[in-house]
Amino acid sequence: MLEILAIMAAGILIGRLTKSRKAFLALIDKLIIVSIFLLLFFLGAGIGSDDEILKGLDTLGLNALIIASGAVAGSLVAAWALWKWLFANKSTTSS
Amino acid sequence: MEMAVCKQIYHLILKTSLIIILFFLAGLLVGFMGLFPAWLEEMSVSRFALFALMFFVGISVGSNGETLGVLRKQGAKLILVPVATIAGTFMGVALIHPLTSHGYFAESLAVGAGFGYYSLSSIIISEMYSETLGVTALLANIAREVITLVLAPVMALWLGKLSPIASGGATSMDTTLPIIVQSSGKEFAIVAVFHGVSLTILVPFVVTAIISFLI
Repeated sequence: MLEILAIMAAGILIGRLTKSRKAFLALIDKLIIVSIFLLLFFLGAGIGSDDEILKGLDTLGLNALIIASGAVAGSLVAAWALWKWLFANKSTTSS
Repeated sequence: MEMAVCKQIYHLILKTSLIIILFFLAGLLVGFMGLFPAWLEEMSVSRFALFALMFFVGISVGSNGETLGVLRKQGAKLILVPVATIAGTFMGVALIHPLTSHGYFAESLAVGAGFGYYSLSSIIISEMYSETLGVTALLANIAREVITLVLAPVMALWLGKLSPIASGGATSMDTTLPIIVQSSGKEFAIVAVFHGVSLTILVPFVVTAIISFLI
């Protein structure tokens, strides 16, 4: 847990120090993509060889859909409220 | 903005997320057929890969000074958009959690905290907590992206121009940016990018923090 945050913090620090070297950043972006490819391959392999997860995939998918709709609905309500509020603010300042 | 460049970036990103899903599916197949070498698992290669990933993400975040620059130019109001998305997401997930079959409240929250950033959130959750919840995070956050891609025009029409941005979550800076610009207008591109970058930076911290309540 802590080690992950520590590693990321170290990265941020190095990023701050080596700021704005385009070629270096392009390389980092490539490394990010490659590690994501690798890790999702591993995740797939872990799931593919795990009968328990494969059996429960329908429940998993349903949970995922439920959470996704809750997350989207919630952010839509919040964004709508913010939009109304900003809009109301604007009209009171302009009048 | 030059549309040609926009389109090029769009294709590149779409291609990348397709490849990401293909890698996942390839892994699924390899694992299913029992071809995944056991020594790879024993050496916990994926754990080291995660550390490497977090290190690279850190560098990328640290060297990106543009986010602060945009903030300075656009004013503090801009912060309210990602804040609304975070608050709204957690409230929505909290309300809908009883409908899931999750044992713990924090499990649902951790999945929601991916904010559409499915690759990173699913990786962190499966490495630190459980692969089952990792897959849930993968599917839920892909679903968030797809819902946004499909419904963004309707959202912008009915719920204001910030709504497709909030719905897109972390993806409002890349995969859903083109549809957001189309639905809300070009003038919201900066808001969308700032919003996406902020959430992308926050995802690893928030997901890790929520998972720490579970282990």
